Amino acid sequence: MNKVYIAGIGQTVVGEHWDRSLANLSAQALLAALHEAGDPAVDALYAGNLLASSASKQSNIGALIASNAGLTGVETFTAEAGEASGAAALRMGYLAVRSGYARTALVVGVEKVTDMVGGGIDNVIAHSTDYDFEAMSGITSTTLAGLLMARYIAQYHVPADGLGALPVMAHANAVHNPNAIFRRAISMDAYRKAGMVSAPLNMFDAAPYADGAAAVLLTCDPAIARAGGKALVEIRASAGAVDTLALHDRPEPLMFSAVTASTQKALALAGMVLQDMQIYEVWDAFSIYAVLSIEANGLAARGDGWRWVADNKDMALVTMGGNKARGLPLGAAGLYQAVEAAMQLRGEAGENQVEGAEHAIIQAMGGPAANVITHILSRSASTY
Amino acid sequence: MEIPRHWRIQKQRYSLVGEECPHCSAKIFPPRDVCPECGGEAKEPYRFSGRGSVYSYTVMNNAPAGFEESLPYTIALVQLEEGPTVTAQLTDLGEQPVEIGMPVEMVTRRIKQDGGRQGMLIYGYKFRPVMG
Amino acid sequence: MADQKKSSLLLKPNRKVGIVGYGAYVPMYRLPAAEIARVWGRSPKSVPIKEKAVPGPDEDTVTIGIEAARNALARAGIDPMALRAVWTGSESHPYAVKPSSTIIAEAVGAPAHIQAADMEFACKAGTEAMVMAIALVGSGMGDYALALGVDTAQAKPGDALEYTAAAGGAAFVIGPAEEAVAEIISTYSFVSDTPDFWRRAYQHYPEHGQRFTGQPAYFRHIGQAAKTMMAESGTQPADYAHVVLHQPNLKFPKKMAKSLGFTHEQLETGLLSGVIGNTYAGASPVGLTAILDIAKPGERILMVSYGSGAGSDAIDLVVTDRIVKRRETAPSTQDYITRRIEIDYALYARYRNILRMD
Repeated sequence: MNKVYIAGIGQTVVGEHWDRSLANLSAQALLAALHEAGDPAVDALYAGNLLASSASKQSNIGALIASNAGLTGVETFTAEAGEASGAAALRMGYLAVRSGYARTALVVGVEKVTDMVGGGIDNVIAHSTDYDFEAMSGITSTTLAGLLMARYIAQYHVPADGLGALPVMAHANAVHNPNAIFRRAISMDAYRKAGMVSAPLNMFDAAPYADGAAAVLLTCDPAIARAGGKALVEIRASAGAVDTLALHDRPEPLMFSAVTASTQKALALAGMVLQDMQIYEVWDAFSIYAVLSIEANGLAARGDGWRWVADNKDMALVTMGGNKARGLPLGAAGLYQAVEAAMQLRGEAGENQVEGAEHAIIQAMGGPAANVITHILSRSASTY
Repeated sequence: MEIPRHWRIQKQRYSLVGEECPHCSAKIFPPRDVCPECGGEAKEPYRFSGRGSVYSYTVMNNAPAGFEESLPYTIALVQLEEGPTVTAQLTDLGEQPVEIGMPVEMVTRRIKQDGGRQGMLIYGYKFRPVMG
Repeated sequence: MADQKKSSLLLKPNRKVGIVGYGAYVPMYRLPAAEIARVWGRSPKSVPIKEKAVPGPDEDTVTIGIEAARNALARAGIDPMALRAVWTGSESHPYAVKPSSTIIAEAVGAPAHIQAADMEFACKAGTEAMVMAIALVGSGMGDYALALGVDTAQAKPGDALEYTAAAGGAAFVIGPAEEAVAEIISTYSFVSDTPDFWRRAYQHYPEHGQRFTGQPAYFRHIGQAAKTMMAESGTQPADYAHVVLHQPNLKFPKKMAKSLGFTHEQLETGLLSGVIGNTYAGASPVGLTAILDIAKPGERILMVSYGSGAGSDAIDLVVTDRIVKRRETAPSTQDYITRRIEIDYALYARYRNILRMD
């Protein structure tokens, strides 16, 4: 089976792009990735997107993207796994190239939250919950995170500002990310005073939904991988796991078992352990999801994950702002994680550069860890 | 208009009618094709008592479209006494503070309209503090 | 009871029937009449009642009916699959076309083999449903029928009726007398075309005839129904331990009871309008449930409803031994009345959709 290199990357600024469509945004990202790699022929295009068929009344996104970008001769389809759609598309690209089926695969994540204005967008995002038995009670995705956070704080006697360390860290990192939606630091004091969104979850506990597109060009051909003159980065492993769709169906809602399973599978495939990673791009759609992921990955005991965020010195989290400050363009977020990890491993992360970054684990989830997809990326020079 | 999908689960929504697995006696809500406990086929209707307790709750001050008329409302994960947990609004709270572990009982209330004043009315389960 | 030659005016079924189960529901919100007076600049001293029950934003005639019906079925102790009719009387059905009765039937577990329809006769739509249920069971067509009287009454803001237009309802499982907590002796209805209060189709609020709603309407019909019932039955007011009348306020039923020869003690248990308002089709039915909650076996009850348009149903009942145990199986009407949260006019306006939103 082939090595899978990231030969090119591209991303747009995350924000409210009123004047740009799904097609425009995706083109900007994918053309940047293609140009970096010397514009090779593309065999397959995999798209990651969540909302377009409802919010933009547009399906068959792969065909839309290919048509608009003049990509003839590709095969294409869209991968959907709730908010992890981008990671699902990345997994498809990885499998196609690893298996030798495709020599080059372009993976694009794109989301246009702003094609719909008004309250209805929360309803559409809630489509990744159980519509009949969760959404129909008047919940949004944020409500589920609020329920978990309320239980976590009560069960483990966590102080009211206990989960604030991660949003503060995320905002600090985004200051040096020109593609981030929010580029101002926030203080713990601001976190403590923030308005409630779904008590006890406050404004800074929830990542902002926004528009954006990010793309990677994957290849098994080292010549294409080297064409851009960048340090070689490869995807070492990819794995997914699923849990019950509805949060209320979990025997133990505070245990993100799909996170544990997905991480363990990916590590096993890569022949590595979590401690080998210098970067852990944890899924911080909500600060409680990041904390529960940390616990599910065994980095902290149950109930202690919130402390680990502040105390840990071994792994860099949310290095370019994470979902919280870089922004959460839903189906594209998984690709932003991959692009940011690639930049780190290439040594191109500027002020946010993690010294000695050789391995990164990136993890995306649909819903409250209902569907979790993990990738491990490494600098190729350190492959053993 | 989403008539068929609401109509087909009326019994479940109005009266918490779920299933009992004939193989392992697990009580299941909502009904599904395969028993989550033993993996057997589960099709026997089972009417839940409606009694349960609050596992977690959160107050919503911003509602998704169509739910504004009940603001502010509290959403809870309610653990039914027979085992399953459901997601539902709490209602008739009055001045009573909500607490994890609080006993609640099911009532059938208006959930929303299916698209405006002309649309079908959707009724379903909510939970209130136990009366008396 | 002396053997009666079958009266041609009293409605008496061939088979003895009774109330096998009963239940009520009143929403928890209360709007004090003094608060209504404050908003409209009237004297708080001249309000007709203390406060009225207001439905919450997630309540309507259907949801109230469902809870009242569940209480009635709990007291009846029957399998809802044995019901052969579900009839709901109201002037605030959520749909103008599509019966509340089918939704209530589905929610309480009634089978498909039922008669179901909605009734309208202003405030006597509930007793209308009761008489129909008596007829279905009494004719032998079915063993059990569920009759409901429920309303979430709407009054024009600033109008005199706003003080009292309230929400609540009651349900009765009518079945064989051998299973009843209260046996129904007979019923009598007195009806005429009297335009005291009406609402035209597509109009939001009803109109009423001011003082015309008194003597030619309420007092005439209740008076005639009660007198004819007692004359035909050979009874006097003293034969009844309790009387419950339609109660649009406190003044009318007190005056009516007195003029018929009933005492305050006979009236007071079933007179709830002072604290929950006028629940329209639920009014005398809910009053009856409050009486059944405390009545002793052997006591006789006279119920006379009144519906504008206009008419009265009189129902003559006697309580049986079975009531003592069965009434404990569901919340009492006082349980609902004492469950109370006071709201102000602003919240009331929001809950009752009085505010123009578009």
